[in-house]
Amino acid sequence: MSAVKNYIKSLFLWELLKGMRVTGKFFFTKKLTLFYGDGEKTPQSPRFRGQHALRRYANGEERCIACKLCEAVCPALAITIECDEREDGTRRTTRYDIDLTKCIFCGFCEESCPVDSIVETRNFEYHGESKQDLLMTKTKLLAMGETYEPQLAADRKADAAFR
Amino acid sequence: MVDMSTFIDVAVYLGIILIKILVLVFPLFIVVAYYTLAERKIIGYMQVRVGPNRVGFDAVPGLRRIRGLGQPIADAVKLMFKEIVIPTNANVFLFVIAPVLSFAPAIAAWAVIPFDDGWVVADINVGLLYLLAMTSISVYGVIIAGWASNSKYAFLGSIRSAAQIISYEIAMGFTLVGVVLAAGSLNLSDIVMAQKGSLIHWYWLPLFPLFIIYFISATAETNRAPFDVAEGESEIVAGFHTEYSGMLFAVFFLAEYANMILVSALAVIMFLGGWLSPFEGTILGETILGQHGIVWFLLKTSIFMLLFLWFRATFPRYRYDQIMRLGWKIFIPITLVWIVVEAAAVLANLPPWFVEG
Repeated sequence: MSAVKNYIKSLFLWELLKGMRVTGKFFFTKKLTLFYGDGEKTPQSPRFRGQHALRRYANGEERCIACKLCEAVCPALAITIECDEREDGTRRTTRYDIDLTKCIFCGFCEESCPVDSIVETRNFEYHGESKQDLLMTKTKLLAMGETYEPQLAADRKADAAFR
Repeated sequence: MVDMSTFIDVAVYLGIILIKILVLVFPLFIVVAYYTLAERKIIGYMQVRVGPNRVGFDAVPGLRRIRGLGQPIADAVKLMFKEIVIPTNANVFLFVIAPVLSFAPAIAAWAVIPFDDGWVVADINVGLLYLLAMTSISVYGVIIAGWASNSKYAFLGSIRSAAQIISYEIAMGFTLVGVVLAAGSLNLSDIVMAQKGSLIHWYWLPLFPLFIIYFISATAETNRAPFDVAEGESEIVAGFHTEYSGMLFAVFFLAEYANMILVSALAVIMFLGGWLSPFEGTILGETILGQHGIVWFLLKTSIFMLLFLWFRATFPRYRYDQIMRLGWKIFIPITLVWIVVEAAAVLANLPPWFVEG
């Protein structure tokens, strides 16, 4: 009986008409396209993982204490750290490189950091014309931190309750 | 001695035909160009995107969704400036002639299409036969392109296309036989006039199975989704036009779209009363809506053109054996049975369609 029913159904193109109804309905739905070229962007979470930055304390002292946890946890081996004793006797990095061509933006460095020094900003619109441009040195990372500090602080605060 | 006045007569006659052809072909080219844009836009809309929206101007200021009206022109310019690559060991003559062989019949077939009462380039009595011949010739373009390319994928594509088009040509031929049986003429204008009366006088009602089969066969005939195994981009790169680039590719593209418009127009002429008004014979028959005219023809044709795009946005591609099964084991038997039924109806002078005189 069901075979007969199926035969008649297929003869009258029932399934095909149902399919066309679906696409026909979607023709009139609101379009999801975002006009990125005209400045429209998707909303971002405070946890967004974009380009990296090194933060400083409010008094201007850099946070990083060269514990090298981020270097150890980095699954892509993108972080290279060298450290030494500074004149005042504190432990500081002399070199802090993140190779963005290796980085997979997993956010483990940010998770592992005990002093919230290495963070990921919400900036994802960057480019490099050579590989050298994509090697984030300590100077570049600190500069990024200075540029994005208000947003970074606000994002940490918004997410603090869940950490 | 050549008589001067007959010479002038012939020249004037040729001139008038030439003007008719130009008046037909130029709008056709524009429609083909914008049909490609409509395809991208409509399929985009059905996939909840907006389609091309960068080239051109704002038709409605601020409404970015419908921008992109310059896209066909941009596409044409791009293709014209592209290099035509001829593969090693390709047969150059056949390689270059193949797109022309598929394009020329697609345009030539328009000669017998009546747009309105008497609006036809060549009002010949064997119009339907001429159309069958022209659509059959365009298969050669595909086959020759596949062979001349010296490429596996192109060859596979053309073999598939040949098998498919030949299979569906039979079912399509039978549906045309049904129409000829009903109208008693091969002249397309006569076929339209035979449907005069009202909406229910049109042949879609008595020939309903043939109407559906005609349109599905036409989709297969033009190598459109879901019957696009000849191109099958997920299986054989791009099928018969794998090796084509630049303007040669564009000519194939134009031929495909011209063919789609052609079969849509044919469906309208044979089953939906061509330029006849759907309101004839109703209470609106005396108003302006009841007037026959080219507007109705274009309107009905565009509905079928939309259906082609709708199919492509909806259906996945048929498998090769499914295509063969559908063509040989379903369409041909159904058309044969219905032609017998219809012949009986014609013999019995079944009103309102098959009344004598």
